[in-house]
Amino acid sequence: MSATPTEIAVSRGSDVLAPGHTYTTVTDKITSVVLDRKSGVPWKVGVGIAAMLVIVLTAAVSYLFLRGVGIWGINIPIAWGFAIVNFVWWIGIGHAGTFISAMLYLMYQEWRTSINRFAEAMTLFAVACAGMFPLLHLGRPWEFFWLLPYPNTMWLWPQFRSPLVWDVFAVSTYGTISLVFWYVGLIPDLATLRDKARTFFGKIAYGFLALGWRGSARHWQRYQTAYLLLAGLAAPLVVSVHSVVGMDFAAAQLPGWHSTIFPPYFVAGAIFSGFAMVLTLAIPLRWAYGLKDFITIRHLENCAKLMLVTGLIVAYGYAAEAFYGWLSGNEFDMYMNVNRMTGPYWLTYCILIFCNVITPQTLWFRAVRRCVPALFVISIIVQIGMWMERFVIIITSLHRDFLPSSWGMYYPTFWDYATLFGTVGFFFLCFLIFVRILPAISISEMCELVHKQSGEGHKEAA
Amino acid sequence: MKPANPMYGLMAEFDSVEKLVAAARQAREAGYARLDALAPFAVEGLDDALRLPRNRVPLIFLLGGIFGGLTGFFMQVYSCCYSYPINVGGRPLYSWPAFIPITFELTILGAGLAGAFGMLALNGFPHPYHPVFNVPQFDLASQSRFFLCIESSDPKFDLEQTRAFLRSLQSLDVYEVPA
Repeated sequence: MSATPTEIAVSRGSDVLAPGHTYTTVTDKITSVVLDRKSGVPWKVGVGIAAMLVIVLTAAVSYLFLRGVGIWGINIPIAWGFAIVNFVWWIGIGHAGTFISAMLYLMYQEWRTSINRFAEAMTLFAVACAGMFPLLHLGRPWEFFWLLPYPNTMWLWPQFRSPLVWDVFAVSTYGTISLVFWYVGLIPDLATLRDKARTFFGKIAYGFLALGWRGSARHWQRYQTAYLLLAGLAAPLVVSVHSVVGMDFAAAQLPGWHSTIFPPYFVAGAIFSGFAMVLTLAIPLRWAYGLKDFITIRHLENCAKLMLVTGLIVAYGYAAEAFYGWLSGNEFDMYMNVNRMTGPYWLTYCILIFCNVITPQTLWFRAVRRCVPALFVISIIVQIGMWMERFVIIITSLHRDFLPSSWGMYYPTFWDYATLFGTVGFFFLCFLIFVRILPAISISEMCELVHKQSGEGHKEAA
Repeated sequence: MKPANPMYGLMAEFDSVEKLVAAARQAREAGYARLDALAPFAVEGLDDALRLPRNRVPLIFLLGGIFGGLTGFFMQVYSCCYSYPINVGGRPLYSWPAFIPITFELTILGAGLAGAFGMLALNGFPHPYHPVFNVPQFDLASQSRFFLCIESSDPKFDLEQTRAFLRSLQSLDVYEVPA
């Protein structure tokens, strides 16, 4: 066996990785969450609650299939109710995962290393939740494949000039590429788990998924190229997806929707809520599994800073909407703004301003950015705020358009709430299972970080 | 039916990146051609040391993207102009700006799928069995140790000389890899 248990590379400590870590300690610590640890009480409680919500979701969806969308509060004029609010909210949450894994990778931000894996998982699960809603909203969800261009006996094609059809392509491409990117990133780590697994089933399952990865230099070379290029593809993709979602609204002539600011403002809002979700997930994760050496206060602080920046862009979006509504001199646009702030749904607008504009301003203070409980609370508030934003955009614009004779009100029903909270349960159930069966932090990238921060790399360059 | 040479090669174990890179360079300079380095993460400088050729992954991405983009664009042109033309207030049927978003998405989809699967295919995956897995110590290649393997099919390979050569490279140990 090995001659001496020497470890040459020891991390010297930085604000993104605690000192004293070697390849072995990093690997052991990350794999132990999957291979050694027993499922603790917090995990079991979490799974219990999430699984109950999934049962609620199943019931809500089954009843929907039975009775149709009439069980929801939607009507004419408010044909897009919770379903589209939830769709936009979930897809936005996913965006921070791709932002972290792709854009920060392209910009050589080393701090992304320990949070990219679970952020990508978050993206996948959020896209899965998002994808349910437009399909459930179809009326006849079992005919969902009519959305796709395929040779059919009806001799029909989708209307390719419609942003709603662009959305089908954007979201399905986004889901597929996110999955591929995530899996490619996982392959070397699956090999590590294969080599460390002690159970027969573990060896077989991880071995199967690792595809026979052995760390060959030739393989690493192609792997690195492919990973870089996938990051380069995912970065513009993430911008395009929420821009297309923004155009779903902007292409309509409805006051409150028909605005060129929508695509950029939607992208910023998406990343804003996504970073909030990263914090909501990272804070319990590092606490429950003792990963504070890897997910440091610096990571949380950086997420908070990005939340502040994107939050300011979103606040600018609100201001621009109100200002241009007034500047246009258009009766309908001006009324839309007044109605949004003082009409029947004024409370949702106040909650939105409180959550998305006022609360993030606390992040200007370093003490708040480094206070973990405060960040957790702010992250939840921001997510509520971003959900409210979509509610305000969709419901208050639709409910009073041009003619008072066609005005209406929207009241969500029990089934609306059941579906929303059901998908929240589904998201957390997926995430909790993920944490226990796959490495939540990239092992190979962390080893590379240990190498870079050990001083080994400098000697080599000299 | 025993093969003439029942051994895949010799494998040396190292505990640091620098030693692996130095060893790979020296092995190349000593004239070994059929060799491979195995590491738990992508090691900078190893490509040069092993004199690996540039890979063709970017080309596959490019071809996949071109295929996806052309498919997306011409599918829409065919649908809107030939198969199912709808006259909406006399607007042009060939409204190409409206086709761009889907063309873009399918370009990304084509490039990403072709590139990712192309990379796996060029690497020969799935490849469940490989002789290097027979060495018990090799489990560490995915965790903390670095390995250099010289294959017995190398023209310069000689069991004793190669073993002595690998030992001289600051390795922790040298293992025989059964075929």
